[in-house]
Amino acid sequence: MTQATASPPSLGSVPDEHGRFGPYGGRYVPETLIPALEELEAAYLEARNDRAFQAELAHLLRTYVGRPTPLTYARRLSEHLGGARIYLKREDLAHSGAHKINNALGQALLVKRKMGKQRIVAETGAGQHGVATATAAALLGLECVVYMGTVDMERQRPNVFRMRLLGTQVRGVDSGSRTLKDAINEAIRDWVTHVRTTHYLLGSALGPHPYPAMVRDFQAVIGREARAQMLDPQTGPGRLPDVIVACVGGGSNAIGIFHPFLEDRAVRLIGVEAGGLGIESGQHAARFGDPRLGRLGVLHGTKSYVLQNPDGQIALTHSISAGLDYASVGPEHAWLRDLGRAEYTYCTDDQALEGFQLLCRFEGIIPALESAHAVGHVLELAPQMGPDEVILINLSGRGDKDLDTVMAALGEDLGEGGNP
Amino acid sequence: MRGVERIQEAFARARAAGRAAFMPYHAMGYPDRESSLAVIHTLAQVGADLFEIGIPFSDPLADGPTIQAATHQALSQGTTVADCLAMVRELRTAGIAQPFCAMSYYNPILAYGEERFVADARDAGIDGLIVPDLPPGESPELETACREAGLGLIFLLAPTSTPERIRTVVAHATGFVYLVSVTGITGARDRLPPDLVAFVERVRRFTELPLAVGFGIANREQAAQVAAVADGVIVGSALVKAAAQGLDAVRELGRELVTGTQVPFST
Repeated sequence: MTQATASPPSLGSVPDEHGRFGPYGGRYVPETLIPALEELEAAYLEARNDRAFQAELAHLLRTYVGRPTPLTYARRLSEHLGGARIYLKREDLAHSGAHKINNALGQALLVKRKMGKQRIVAETGAGQHGVATATAAALLGLECVVYMGTVDMERQRPNVFRMRLLGTQVRGVDSGSRTLKDAINEAIRDWVTHVRTTHYLLGSALGPHPYPAMVRDFQAVIGREARAQMLDPQTGPGRLPDVIVACVGGGSNAIGIFHPFLEDRAVRLIGVEAGGLGIESGQHAARFGDPRLGRLGVLHGTKSYVLQNPDGQIALTHSISAGLDYASVGPEHAWLRDLGRAEYTYCTDDQALEGFQLLCRFEGIIPALESAHAVGHVLELAPQMGPDEVILINLSGRGDKDLDTVMAALGEDLGEGGNP
Repeated sequence: MRGVERIQEAFARARAAGRAAFMPYHAMGYPDRESSLAVIHTLAQVGADLFEIGIPFSDPLADGPTIQAATHQALSQGTTVADCLAMVRELRTAGIAQPFCAMSYYNPILAYGEERFVADARDAGIDGLIVPDLPPGESPELETACREAGLGLIFLLAPTSTPERIRTVVAHATGFVYLVSVTGITGARDRLPPDLVAFVERVRRFTELPLAVGFGIANREQAAQVAAVADGVIVGSALVKAAAQGLDAVRELGRELVTGTQVPFST
């Protein structure tokens, strides 16, 4: 890993005008989409400086999403692990069950107020972004189509039904690996075809410029709130955390919580990728964690680390969590890693399941399997730290959607159970 | 003669004959290695002026179902980038003289190494590159490598392209400019969009380079419509579909399309 340079650049100043985060990012898309990206960039820049737009978004986040989400001290889990004190940023309590709504609502409002389009398309893996987009579309009266791999539709059936209830058309994608990557391909194909009337509501800090920056900015509300809550003794420990841990699929919840802490150089930032069945197995989604398959590449419009074979064909990934099951990672994460500002590790399916169960039993919180990867890493990390140290986990979503998967993995009979 | 000169010469010869260039695409390795070579030979015999050599990619987001399925099959049979270049070399050895433009997505080229890909492609007999997810300016390295090797680097324009964008794209383009007939992905369509003529004329004001139109062209009548306004007619999905039926189907459709490029379309 490249170490931070002696005089670190201002971390908040990326991307540049070409959408570059150092060597990463950019705009690798068919020419048909270039005018739409230019239009989106203009609309976004305008909205960013438009007080009325920002006030309307803030109002919706407060009165509809339920922000600010709480900061919870995980007392029993901290005591059980016997090390650092663990705090949870409760994005699982945001309306529709995950952090995804922050971005979905932000983009949907942008479409409504600044772009004059009536139709949105989106991709979804776990279904959380699809549900968030369907929710925003219902709230703002937009036509919505969500593409979802048929494998994911099977493992996330409740979310498919939720989207349909919300008035969204869910279209199954049967090509390729029939998961998130293929859903994105299909959403982009729809967008290319209907670009004059349709906005692509991309769900992570990925894709061509300006998506990685725009999604980050809509998600940075997580980190801004968390930073204030940590510093306030009424809501948190009255100090900054020593470590922040977040799961990284595309990386939107992680970049959202990391970003407002970038200049707090003493705060370690740790992103947790999906280690699946282990790196050796090749069955994972650890773009940084597997130097054999994870190399510089271009997928879905952005240059970043991409799991691929030596011939540049995108690798099939595996994770117990559909939301982390993706071959590439947001370009800003690759840049923060090069700078040495953030570190990336991984957590296997089994470790995530252990984190999932412990959070249920010690805190009464059922986390999304994605977020359980962050918890899984903390199971290792917290005991190595002292009780005077503080870990902040971004609990990005709730786990109701994952009960079928967890039941299949653990068996329905959990034994005697009982609270320890 | 090779590289961008061979591409220019193909357009000049077609123009001198009073017709548009017929530019078939084929996915290498589909339906299998030997058949894909036979498809190129067959189309060369019926009068192709330039070939687009499709190098398969796992996530072809500018392609419709026909080419997706064909390239997926080619990949599942083990077709690699190096294989595709080896096939090009075999075609040259067998005497195919038409210009070849490699058509692939950016990631396989990046993984191969941009400079190395350009050098190996040139040695194999490739004359130009078409990379649909690489807009001008995103890879100065590939643009420089192509320029130094004398290969054409063909960029695309779409009906949505603004005048500023057209100006930028034609400034970077060499060989010819690829006009996407529709806002959409590749695939045969029943009819071409009514604003195609205006689109071609709009681009014509900005460049002397030959203009070739692709996406959606599937039959003689459509080829003739395009030939009436553009310098080249690109056909992909319809021929790939024919290739699934066999060489006779390819030959028949190829002949029909060649006839289309020779018949000035009258309204």
